[in-house]
Amino acid sequence: MRRRGISKLKLVAIYIFLILFTAATLYPVVRVFSISLRPGNRLLSTSLRIIPDGATFEAYRRLFTETDFLRWMLNSLIVSLAVTLTGVIFASAAGYIFSKYRFIGKKVGLTALLTTQMFPATMLLLPMYIMISKLGLINSYLGLIVVYLATVLPFCIWQMKGYYDTIPDSLHEAAIIDGCSHFQAFYKVILPLAAPALVITALFSFMGSWSEYIVAAVILQDQSMFTLPLGLKMFQANMSTDWGLYAAGSVIVSIPVVVLFIILSKWLVSGLTLGSVKG
Amino acid sequence: MAEVILKGVSKVYEGNVHAIKDISLEIADREFLVLVGPSGCGKSTLLRMIAGLEDITSGEIQIDGHTVNQLPPKDRDISMVFQNYALYPHMTVYDNMAFGLRIRHFPKDEIDNRVQEASRILGIEKLLSRKPKALSGGQRQRVALGRAIVRKPKVFLFDEPLSNLDAKLRVHMRTEIKKLHQRLKTTMIYVTHDQVEAMTMGDRIAVVKDGILQQHDTPMNLYNNPVNIFVAGFIGSPAMNFLEGKIEDKKVVFGGISMDIPPGVRTDGISDVIVGIRPEYFILNDVSPHFTAQIEVVEPMGNEIFVYFQLGKKSVVARIPADTKVRPGDALPLRINVGMVKLFDPESKVSLSC
Repeated sequence: MRRRGISKLKLVAIYIFLILFTAATLYPVVRVFSISLRPGNRLLSTSLRIIPDGATFEAYRRLFTETDFLRWMLNSLIVSLAVTLTGVIFASAAGYIFSKYRFIGKKVGLTALLTTQMFPATMLLLPMYIMISKLGLINSYLGLIVVYLATVLPFCIWQMKGYYDTIPDSLHEAAIIDGCSHFQAFYKVILPLAAPALVITALFSFMGSWSEYIVAAVILQDQSMFTLPLGLKMFQANMSTDWGLYAAGSVIVSIPVVVLFIILSKWLVSGLTLGSVKG
Repeated sequence: MAEVILKGVSKVYEGNVHAIKDISLEIADREFLVLVGPSGCGKSTLLRMIAGLEDITSGEIQIDGHTVNQLPPKDRDISMVFQNYALYPHMTVYDNMAFGLRIRHFPKDEIDNRVQEASRILGIEKLLSRKPKALSGGQRQRVALGRAIVRKPKVFLFDEPLSNLDAKLRVHMRTEIKKLHQRLKTTMIYVTHDQVEAMTMGDRIAVVKDGILQQHDTPMNLYNNPVNIFVAGFIGSPAMNFLEGKIEDKKVVFGGISMDIPPGVRTDGISDVIVGIRPEYFILNDVSPHFTAQIEVVEPMGNEIFVYFQLGKKSVVARIPADTKVRPGDALPLRINVGMVKLFDPESKVSLSC
C-alpha cells in the first residue's frame, strides 16, 4: 500500500537506501558467521558463499573443548551483570534525586557528571590504573567493575534524569499523600513507570562491559580471569591467527547481546505514562 | 470531620519571592471553601502548604485542632485531587483507588468494601479493571475523586480538578462534587481560577491576589459587598463596570450622569471616586432614564442579552431581558439601580461602603 504523501520514486529511493544500509550492517556479521563454519583448510578462501563448502562446527567444538572460552564467558558474565545491576540501582536512584529534588550542589553535580564524558576513555586509563593499583584492585573483578561503573554511570544518570523529568511531579506527590514514604513513592510508583529508561540503562551498562577490551587488558593479568574480549584476542597471535576460533568466538560473544535486545525490545517502547495525566 | 485554621501563614521562595503573605483563615468543619484568584496568585501554593507538599516559611496550620506544620502529608489525614488527575498509569482503576489503603495496611476486605462503595457512588463500577489510559477525561477525574474518598480523610483538597475537562463536563462534574460534599459531609478546600466555579460551589469563597487574602465570605456577600476593586471585578461575569467619577453637591457624577450617592457609602472629604456598576444594575426605563445608551454590540445569550455601549469614554456592558428588541446602533433608555452601585477610593482601590 502506498503511503499518503510519499511518491513512488521517493519510496524506491528510501528502500534502496535502507537495503544498502542493512547490507552494510549485516555483511560483517554474515562474513564472520561464514568464516566460523569453514573447515580448517579453507579459512583464507575468498569465496562469498555464506554457507561454505564442507561447512563444519569444528571451530565451535574446539572453542568450547580446547580453550578457556567458557571460563572467560563466566568472567564476562560476572563482571557485566555486576556492572548492570549496580549501574541500574545507582543510576535510577541518583537520576531521580537529580530530577525531582532541590538541593545545594545539584547543578554542579550534574555538570561534573557531564564533564567526565568529555574525556576519551584512553586518556583516563593511566589515572584510573594508578588509582586501582593504589586500591590494590589490580587483577580483580572488583577493580574492573569499579572502572566500568565509573565510565557508564554518568551517562546512565543523565539518561534516567531525563526520563524522570517527563514523569509529572504530581504522581510522586499523589503517592506521598496516599501514605507512601519518599522511597516507597519512588519504587512503587515512579520506578515502574521508568521501565523503558531502566532497560536502556541496563543494556548500556551490560554492553559497555561485555565488549570492553582496553580497560580489561590493563587491569586483568591472570589469564583465568580474562573476560571474553581479552580471551578472543589471545587467538590472534603474532605469527598466525586462528580465524576459525576467532570467528566462532565472536559469534558466541554477540549472542547474549542480541538475545537481550530481543527480550527487552518491548520495554524499549516508551509511553507508559500515557493516560496518567491530561492528554 | 475537621476544621482547618491558618494563622499568619507565609511562604517565601528563594530570591525573597513572597508567594503567600500572612494569610489567616478559618475553615469550619464540613465547610466547602473555595480559594479563588487569577493564575499565579498563590492559591495552589496555599493548598499545597495545607497538604504538606510545600513547607511554610512562617505561621501555623492546624487541622482538627492539631498543628501540622511539621507533619508529613501522609500523617495529616488529607486527600488531594490534582489538576492533571495524577493517576498511577501502571495500575488499574481498582489498584489506583486501593493503593492508599494498602500502603496503610488496611485489611483486604475493608479495602474491597471501600473501593466498591466509592466506585458505586461515582458510577465507575464497570471501569475497575481498566488502566487510566483507557479512560476518558471525565472518567479519570472520577477515579481521582474515588482515590480521594476511599481513604475517608478529615479534609479533601482539590487543586483545579475540573480545568482539563470540556465546558459541558465541567458543569456536570461541578454538581457531582457538590453532591459528594453533601453526602460525605467533610471539610473541602477547593482551588480554582474560575469565579463561576467558586460562586456555584463554595459555602464560602476566599479571594487571593498576589499572595494576599483579599476577602473571604459567602458567594452572595462577596458579589454584593466586595471590599475592593479587585474582588468586585473578579467576581461576576460579565465583570463589574468601573467608571471614573466625582462627588459634587452630594451627588455622584460620572460619564455625564449625576445620581444620588448610594446608601451606606461614606464620601466625607472625598472628591474622586471609582463607580462600580454590575451589568444587571442597568435597567431598561423609558419613563425616567438616567441616560440613553447608543448600543454598539449585542450579544444574545438566550436567557438574557448583553449590550455594549460607551458611557463617558469607557465601554460598558449591561444585562437586559432576552425579549428586548435591540440591534447595534439602537438607542436604549437606561436607568441605574442607584442602591446597588458601589463606590471605590481611586487611590487605595478600597470600597467606600460602610
